[in-house]
Amino acid sequence: MTCSEFLKELTDYLDNTMDQRTRAELEDHLQWCHNCYVVCNTTKRTIEIYRDSQLFELPDDLRNRLRTAIIGKCKQHKAEKDA
Amino acid sequence: MGAIESKVGEPVSDESVLVNAARNGDVGAFEQLVRRYDRNVFRIAQHITQNREDAEDVVQDAFLKAFQNLGQFQGQSKFYTWLVRIAVNEALMRLRRRRPERTVSLDEDVKTEEDSIPREVADWSPNPEQLYSQAELKDILSKTIQGLSPGFRTVFVLRDVEALSTEETAEALNLSIPAVKSRLLRARLQLRERLNKYFKRRNGDSKQ
Repeated sequence: MTCSEFLKELTDYLDNTMDQRTRAELEDHLQWCHNCYVVCNTTKRTIEIYRDSQLFELPDDLRNRLRTAIIGKCKQHKAEKDA
Repeated sequence: MGAIESKVGEPVSDESVLVNAARNGDVGAFEQLVRRYDRNVFRIAQHITQNREDAEDVVQDAFLKAFQNLGQFQGQSKFYTWLVRIAVNEALMRLRRRRPERTVSLDEDVKTEEDSIPREVADWSPNPEQLYSQAELKDILSKTIQGLSPGFRTVFVLRDVEALSTEETAEALNLSIPAVKSRLLRARLQLRERLNKYFKRRNGDSKQ
């Protein structure tokens, strides 16, 4: 397996959506190719860091304000429809 | 090296009851659906629009549209996937309005794959998040993902932040599964490359 072949399979490898045989071939490649090992490991960390980042959390006061507005509009829509 | 673990659980089984009640005009049931997904919709909207005001508008408009069009929801997909599809369309529409000079489309594909070929292969510090304060880290992550094209960051956010499956992401974005996979790979590799400069191992870092 070449490095570019490895790279093409990286997403399926990280998502664990591949057959055992392909997975074994990729892991064999990782045993001896330091560059691919580093790319694989740092890509995995990239995903984990974003997933755990709590980026763009919705603050409680804004959340309440938005929900009040949404529900108000829904009630208005329902009233117009029922009229 | 293990696979990535998902942190998002399966939706609760009472969801179809809530959706049916909301479809029949029960605003209280719909409010429970809003409470369940408003944080996700806000995060997706903010990631796509990169603008707080737009994200607030997207949350309101997406939920209102969902309520108005619940009659068209077939129930073949999850309510959340259907909602995300509405929210993504609203968010892209606002992004287009704000940037009329640029094409904003999920189909804008990149002419070359070179943008995703790893150029710098440097190992990272053992705990790169701990190199920065929480606020600095959020700033780095936010700036870095902004550099991706809307199509790439949308796929990354749905798959890797919101933990939708590849199939759900394809359905929400009206893309084929190979297109989702290709964009996801490239988005992940581009983010990795851009984060290198913040997270790479420095002299003095201990090896683990």
